[in-house]
Amino acid sequence: MNSVGPGYYLILSALMFTIGVLGVLVRRNAIVIFMFIELMLNAVNLAFVTFARMHGEVVGQVLVFFVLVVAAAEVVVGLAIILVMFRHRESANVDDVNLLKW
Amino acid sequence: MELTTLAAGAIYLPLFTAFVLLFFGKRLESGALGDRLAGWTGWLASAAIGGSFAASIVLFFKVIAEPEHHREFVVKIFDWIRVGSFDVAFDLLVDPLSAVMLLVVTGVGTLIHVYSIGYMHGDDRYPRFFAYLNLFAASMLLLVLANNVLLLYVGWEGVGLCSYLLIGFWFEKPSASNAAKKAFIVNRIGDFAFLLGIFLLSTTVGSLTLGQINEHAGAMGAGIATIVSLLLFAGATGKSAQIPLYIWLPDAMEGPTPVSALIHAATMVTAGVYMVARLSPVFEAGDALVVVAWIGALTALWAALMAATEYDIKRVLAYSTVSQLGYMFLAHGVHAYSAGIFHLVTHAFFKALMFLCAGAVMHALAGETDMRKMGGLRKVMPITGLTFMAGWLAISGVVPFAGFFSKDAILASAWQQGRYALWAIGVATALLTAFYMSRMYFRVFEGRLKVPDGVHAHDAPWTMAAALVPLGVLAVVGGVINLPGALTLEHFLEPVVGESHVPEGLTPWLLAGAALAVAAMGILLARALYMTRSSSLRRRVLYARFGPLIDAARNKFYVDELYGRTIVLPGKRLAAFASDVVDARIVDGSITGIGRVMASFSEGFRRIQTGYVRSYALVFLLGAVAVLAVLVVRVS
Repeated sequence: MNSVGPGYYLILSALMFTIGVLGVLVRRNAIVIFMFIELMLNAVNLAFVTFARMHGEVVGQVLVFFVLVVAAAEVVVGLAIILVMFRHRESANVDDVNLLKW
Repeated sequence: MELTTLAAGAIYLPLFTAFVLLFFGKRLESGALGDRLAGWTGWLASAAIGGSFAASIVLFFKVIAEPEHHREFVVKIFDWIRVGSFDVAFDLLVDPLSAVMLLVVTGVGTLIHVYSIGYMHGDDRYPRFFAYLNLFAASMLLLVLANNVLLLYVGWEGVGLCSYLLIGFWFEKPSASNAAKKAFIVNRIGDFAFLLGIFLLSTTVGSLTLGQINEHAGAMGAGIATIVSLLLFAGATGKSAQIPLYIWLPDAMEGPTPVSALIHAATMVTAGVYMVARLSPVFEAGDALVVVAWIGALTALWAALMAATEYDIKRVLAYSTVSQLGYMFLAHGVHAYSAGIFHLVTHAFFKALMFLCAGAVMHALAGETDMRKMGGLRKVMPITGLTFMAGWLAISGVVPFAGFFSKDAILASAWQQGRYALWAIGVATALLTAFYMSRMYFRVFEGRLKVPDGVHAHDAPWTMAAALVPLGVLAVVGGVINLPGALTLEHFLEPVVGESHVPEGLTPWLLAGAALAVAAMGILLARALYMTRSSSLRRRVLYARFGPLIDAARNKFYVDELYGRTIVLPGKRLAAFASDVVDARIVDGSITGIGRVMASFSEGFRRIQTGYVRSYALVFLLGAVAVLAVLVVRVS
């Protein structure tokens, strides 16, 4: 247990976050992008918990709950948007909704 | 009644009526009373100015009732401008000079209002005409009653505005609206100089009150006094139509004839004469009076030359007015202010009379003004003919008509001051005056009856005649106001404009004799050229000898063309430059330029908004990375 220091957790968190960013940038399916966003959020949660443990502070763990709640709310709104979008366009491709420009 | 009520009422009465007529005139005229008495708004306006006339008479007698050197009342109406030590009150000054001017303005004004009722009958804008006339009367009264120069300037601009409105009263005619613009613009040039003079006066004397200015005029130094006087006089050359700004007055004849009589003969154009007399101590303090005298004398001669060749009856009278105003300034220039004012008064009588007669002639001949198409009208228009004859003899300087006394007083003063050159010009002008007026009288009223085709000439309606007769009487007997006696005008004005010196002994009789001889010569010359059987032959001989001079005079000595080339054209070019280059390119260009640069910027930048959510996310990421990088660099 001791052999696994906080550094590993942070590296894992950074990896998850980077994967999330790349996924958001690269993928076109709205639902997949959504999932990558969740991945980024959880990477951040992991970093919070790690730091809380490192410093013996409870604030980080409390923040995780906030993030979870916000993420849940975000999923509700986001999935609703995606649903409406799909009904209109018959697709979940984000590049198909590009009217709001210039 | 109280002095305040009288003086203020004299101004307020026509002013109030003017506004009533301006806003409700048409409605009043077409109302119940208008159906029963057509043109009653004209009577209303006449009643207003008549009320002012009554007030003026009472004021005049109140002034006379005082002992000789206490004939000065300052009537306080209200505080006007009070900023720090600068204090200009709305005060009126009632003294002998303003009392005389009041009587002239309201007296002649009332007659001309009554005349206008007949003359303007049936005009589409009949109530409006009277509104303007009343507004003019109010402004003119303010001008002559003002106790400080600023208030005087308000009246000065007011009469200028009314002059513009009334010259262009028939603005459907392009010539009328052009003449109105010309009058206004030429007057602005003079007014600008006048305003500069007021500023300089205000800074050097420290007060704008007439009494203060005249008291301290001597202390401001001859140099400054000369500059101030010249600036003020430049204003007078505009308003009183002297060289070099006289050119607007002949064109102003486009206005209705009562306007020419009231504004451009009897009252407004004499504002400059009044102003110089009013501020005479300022003029006396410097050397400007030489200029005043010479401008006056030269204008008198110059305008008389043009009057002698003009065929339009109204324009003859206009040039004659310019010429007679020159006489008044000549009088002022030789320190004979009371003589100048005396001539102002008599001139108001006979020139207004002659204008009204000309109006009656036009009325009878369907608007014809060319004297070559008229003749023998005295037989069909006896009242007009007789009254015009009175005016003609008065302006020619035939004893005992009004003009003889006033003109003689001016010439005698010039002689008395040893200004023989000025005297000689004055006498030459008198000769020309007698000539051109006789020419007009003979051509229009004497000889064989001649009217334009299809016109039935008739005498003036009674409202017009009602104005002609009193003025005719005044033109005959007006000279008595300055006959040596109990209350001469000269003596009456002494507290205001100072004593005047007249020649003693045999000289005045000789001078009067010379003036009379000259008048007789002028009349006989006109008779020889226009009344005898060989007249046309003589005219042809005269034309053969002096053709170029006569043609030049008939073409107004090409002064309009000269001004057109030297002043108007460069001015128009400058305006075109300002509008086409400075305004359109530089001002507009810089504004639209900024707009265009902004537009091209946004043209490029709007490409950022692709509408692809992933590219926004990328930018988002880059921004976050940049913020992080900054934080990292800061911390380490």
